[in-house]
Amino acid sequence: MRLRVERVSHRYGPTEVLRDFDLDVPAGRITCLIGPSGCGKSTLLRLIGGLEKPASGRILQAGEPPSGCLNPLTYVFQDFALLPWRTVEGNVRLVLEDHGLGAAGMRRIVDDVLARTRLSDFARAWPRQLSGGMRQRVAIARALAVSPAVMLLDEPLSALDSQTRALLMDDLVDLWLRTPFTAVYVTHNLAEAARLGHRVVVLSRRPGRIREIVDIESALQSRSDDDAGLKAVRDRLWRAMREEAMAADRELTGA
Amino acid sequence: MREPAGEPEAETREVPFRGGGFAPRPRRWAGPLVFVLLIGLLEWGTRTGFISSLTLPRPSAVFATLVQLWQSGALAEHLLPSLQRLALGSLMGISAGIAVGVAIGLFSLVRAGLVPLVAALFPVPKIALLPLFVIWFGIDEGSKNALIALGTFTPTVVATYGGVDNVDRTLIRMAQSFDLSWWSIVRKIVLPGALPAILSGLRVSLAIAIILLVAAEMLGANRGIGAYVLEAGSLYDLERLFAGVVILSLLGIASSWLVSRAEKLLLAWRPR
Repeated sequence: MRLRVERVSHRYGPTEVLRDFDLDVPAGRITCLIGPSGCGKSTLLRLIGGLEKPASGRILQAGEPPSGCLNPLTYVFQDFALLPWRTVEGNVRLVLEDHGLGAAGMRRIVDDVLARTRLSDFARAWPRQLSGGMRQRVAIARALAVSPAVMLLDEPLSALDSQTRALLMDDLVDLWLRTPFTAVYVTHNLAEAARLGHRVVVLSRRPGRIREIVDIESALQSRSDDDAGLKAVRDRLWRAMREEAMAADRELTGA
Repeated sequence: MREPAGEPEAETREVPFRGGGFAPRPRRWAGPLVFVLLIGLLEWGTRTGFISSLTLPRPSAVFATLVQLWQSGALAEHLLPSLQRLALGSLMGISAGIAVGVAIGLFSLVRAGLVPLVAALFPVPKIALLPLFVIWFGIDEGSKNALIALGTFTPTVVATYGGVDNVDRTLIRMAQSFDLSWWSIVRKIVLPGALPAILSGLRVSLAIAIILLVAAEMLGANRGIGAYVLEAGSLYDLERLFAGVVILSLLGIASSWLVSRAEKLLLAWRPR
């Protein structure tokens, strides 16, 4: 399933967040949205998934979601958004309960996604007992459980320390390699975008517009930190972001 | 940092500890100890005549009265009607309070309409309404149950809608992003999220229920702990008066213990 954002503008009160924004999200690839803080990238993601209504413009989905898909547009949130009163498996089951799958059907899906995210041993743990990285893996398992057509990841690794972040990036790459999914991945972290994105869209500061689109050709599994080609991509992204970041920084401190 | 060369070695001492405190820790023995000390002091005072028997009864005599009350069957005769009123009245008040509280938390119109009404009802001393309730609900159980129900209703409403207001909105957005139905969101996210606040509201409600129970029984009942205490007071029978007070205290402790059990059972997920 493909997504298209057409001439979307959005504002919060007097603040214009997005202006005439156009974007194509190709199927089966990870599109990273990167930009300075407050540039409207998270807003854009909420608009794409239908959690907010754009002031003008529209979001289109092309093609039918694959069969067996329970929730075509599925989010992974920065703060995990796990229910503290449900165990790991209870949190995954939450998103399946409304679909009339039956106990056995739910059991099968829960076991499958917990195995894929290597959480099977923690099925009965409470969220409070888990580290941040583990919690985000539960949230990823929950997202996989509904076999989404498009994953919408809102800074999924930003609340984690850098070691955990590296491990989870590897996990995400593994998951994608096993079954390629369509994803929109919002981040402010260059390394994440360069590691995970097939296409990286650099946003300008508020009101957000596309500043640059960088396609990264190298395969996800072959990307490493000392890759010369990847370094060139990172440098290019950084040059594009640098000015925006500096300008955005001045705006915030001047406010 | 490097020591400047040639300077004599400075005296070394340990950095003094300044942290700690401000973190309550369980001290199981302290509560019972205070009771034991206080009762021991009263016993000693009344035995030696330091405390006149006109001002305070001897604790051992109060205990003997309690035992006698138990053996004669009078305890059950007074306690059972009281417990029944307490259970029935607070059950009605609390369940209505939770329902109205959740409705206020969920619907803007209900909130706008009922919050002022609840605010107006809350400070009214419910005991003052007892004569009115006698006319409305009859002189028997009806008026007493209604009084306790109204008394527990308002604090439960306030605690419940406060709890619903404090439910993490990101969890609700998450649920919406997974297309959970409205009813699922209420049942699986709003209610469990508000439960801690509802349970701590329950503590307040039950204490109020006991106060109102005694008041109602004092104003018009032949049986019940309140009636028993009133009768003992008017006869200036201090042993029996204090025996009644002890029963009321135990009732309070029991209700608070019940809420603690419920919290342990229902809120096992909470970080400790």
